[in-house]
Amino acid sequence: MSSAFASSRTSGSEIVKELAFFAVIALLMSVMILGVETVDRPTGLELAVRWDLVLIAIGSTVIGRLALIVRREGISRLVQALMITLAAVCVFEMFVRFRDMDDRWASPVVLDMAVGSFTSIVVTVCFLAIVFAIAYFSMKEKSAVVVDESTKISSKIQVAYRSNTKKIGLIGIIFFFIFPLIFGENRSAIDLATLVMIYIMLGWGLNIVVGLAGLLDLGYVAFYAVGAYSYALLSQNFDLSFWLCLPLAGIFAASFGIVLGFPVLRLRGDYLAIVTLGFGEIIRVILINWYDLTGGPDGISSIERPSFFGLAEFSRRVPEGSIGFGDLMGIEYSSMHRLIFLYYLILILALVTNFVTMRLRKLPIGRAWEALREDEIACRSLGINPTNTKLSAFAIGAMFGGFAGAFFATRQGFISPESFTFLESAVILAIVVMGGMGSQIGVVLAAVVMIGFPEMFRELAEYRMLIFGAGMVAIMLWRPRGLLSFRDPTILLNMSKKEKVAGEAK
Amino acid sequence: MTDNNVQLEVEHLTMRFGGLVAIDDLSFTARKGEITAIIGPNGAGKTTVFNCLTGFYVPTEGRLTLYANDGPRLLERSEGFRIPRNNGVARTFQNIRLFTGMTVLENLIVAQHNALMDASAFSLAGLFNLGRYAKAEKAALETAKFWLNKVGLYDQADWNAGNLPYGSQRRLEIARAMCVNPSLLCLDEPAAGLNPRESAELNVLLQSIRDDQGIGLLLIEHDMSVVMKISDHVIVLDYGKKIADGDPDAVKNDPAVIRAYLGEDEDDELPPEVAADLHLDPKAQ
Repeated sequence: MSSAFASSRTSGSEIVKELAFFAVIALLMSVMILGVETVDRPTGLELAVRWDLVLIAIGSTVIGRLALIVRREGISRLVQALMITLAAVCVFEMFVRFRDMDDRWASPVVLDMAVGSFTSIVVTVCFLAIVFAIAYFSMKEKSAVVVDESTKISSKIQVAYRSNTKKIGLIGIIFFFIFPLIFGENRSAIDLATLVMIYIMLGWGLNIVVGLAGLLDLGYVAFYAVGAYSYALLSQNFDLSFWLCLPLAGIFAASFGIVLGFPVLRLRGDYLAIVTLGFGEIIRVILINWYDLTGGPDGISSIERPSFFGLAEFSRRVPEGSIGFGDLMGIEYSSMHRLIFLYYLILILALVTNFVTMRLRKLPIGRAWEALREDEIACRSLGINPTNTKLSAFAIGAMFGGFAGAFFATRQGFISPESFTFLESAVILAIVVMGGMGSQIGVVLAAVVMIGFPEMFRELAEYRMLIFGAGMVAIMLWRPRGLLSFRDPTILLNMSKKEKVAGEAK
Repeated sequence: MTDNNVQLEVEHLTMRFGGLVAIDDLSFTARKGEITAIIGPNGAGKTTVFNCLTGFYVPTEGRLTLYANDGPRLLERSEGFRIPRNNGVARTFQNIRLFTGMTVLENLIVAQHNALMDASAFSLAGLFNLGRYAKAEKAALETAKFWLNKVGLYDQADWNAGNLPYGSQRRLEIARAMCVNPSLLCLDEPAAGLNPRESAELNVLLQSIRDDQGIGLLLIEHDMSVVMKISDHVIVLDYGKKIADGDPDAVKNDPAVIRAYLGEDEDDELPPEVAADLHLDPKAQ
């Protein structure tokens, strides 16, 4: 090893200094998080120290850094891969110890496994081999040509994606349409897909306001709440059916969008974000406190479920004068019918949102939204009415939020202010931002990642949020403008879309 | 100037920002189908005049009358975006303000927003692409193509506006303003940052807008090669006041203008005792 370093550009003492520096940082970071733990003893709460975890954290940091140094100095891939494998073993050890370790100074788990039963030896060797192989083959010899190659590949992927968005979208739509056919008997899969679809629809609605018009709205959940409560109250107090209430909920939400729009017309960026945040909270606080109308924190329960377009009911016991869905279709009753119907309902609502947005983008109003996002002063000099343009963005975005809200109420059968907290707004905004502002497919991808994955991996318990956070950091590092942040022109004169895309990818 | 050829009449225009008087009792006229240049040293209030005319400022005092084909209109009564929309006054900016993320063609189509918006019937006709809207969109595309050819950007129509070179961005901004279908075009330093060849091309473009489209131009410019060659009428401002008004040759030789641009004769400015020191007058010692 020492001879290898001697031939490199950085001297040995500098490397030691660098490693020491990172060891100190690792110590500072891990000592509070990993090093101490409160334990419940019969005598009361006590602090327990876990120096083993701190040591391993420091060790894996130093080894990882060493791997980077080896890479930087251009020493063989073999050494790099070995270092990375070692670091991975340390991280594994740390996770195991973090979860269940009674004797803090017991011999390392990895070592126990390596000398344990035949199966555990095989598992350990396989684990090491896989990590080593991944590390070895993903390490490239450092040279300019290689870097060129990888950017070429990423730009190729970009061109392929952007010139085929229509096909990708179509495949996506077909997939979501046949989804219940594949998972028809799996109740949780349909439930999860419905939930993801609600967020896709909300993301698409917010995309009009944030992605197209460039108005940062942190209170979008307010319109979702208005839609949900509109349906719940109209159906309970006036006995209106879901199909009548759906457009009404949209209209109510849109008018709330305009009401919010007026005071914030002059605001942009951070200031706008704060006021919209306040608006979202005002709606929630009103819902909590206006007990006579909204039921306050108790919410509204036993909200009417939607019928099959007024033709048939989905419940097992069909009320007098109407028929069940099973009887109408001539099939046996199943509780899944309603769920699948709800799934298709939100799918169609979401697709309507998408198609309207896509079409609006190519209309004068949509182009004015984008122009307003780029430069408001220039818009005024061209005779574009900024007031109407902004209000229409707020209203249309809010309308789709209202539709989604009415759907949410009818699906849950119960709503309360707790479903409409700021966290929901933040999640919807995160979906839009993570997907890439203005990108429709990006929203789908981000909704699946943000809503679908955390639900799917519920068993991982506390690691779920850790991985989620790490994912967000990774996206901010590698794709700071969102997963799919490309703007497609609304009209082209001489070029085909493919040529335009290829020109930009360079 | 009492003939009926007057397009814009500015009377006693005053603009104050708190205690600062940016424009002080300015009156001038601009005639139809002519290029009227407003020149003056930095800080003379030229851009403020433009901002009053195009609705970015509401003047403190004064009257701005635009004589459109269907009668006079008072610009100071109108505000903001309504001036370009209803009265046909379009403008460009000193620091170019294009929609840089959108393509060149989109920039020109956005400029025709109001015509398209009327045709799209609150976007409903547009949503289903009904006949009237489709026709209007086609017409808008033709207008955009016409101006793309005129400013020589047809081949770059699908570029993002921000990727154009500087000179082309200037031309695109003029084309975009023309797509508003104005009767008066206000250009704020269109030749700033252009090289001599580009300035010459700009002259041709502006003259063609005046002669072929019959549109009156109001021009702020520092580049005298542009001002003296193409303008029919020059107004000189200094500290918010008009100091000269006339055809280019008359203005060029006006002593007040020369003083504003080059400063006064040194001897006149210096107080007697300083002058005495400088000349080392033996009597003073």
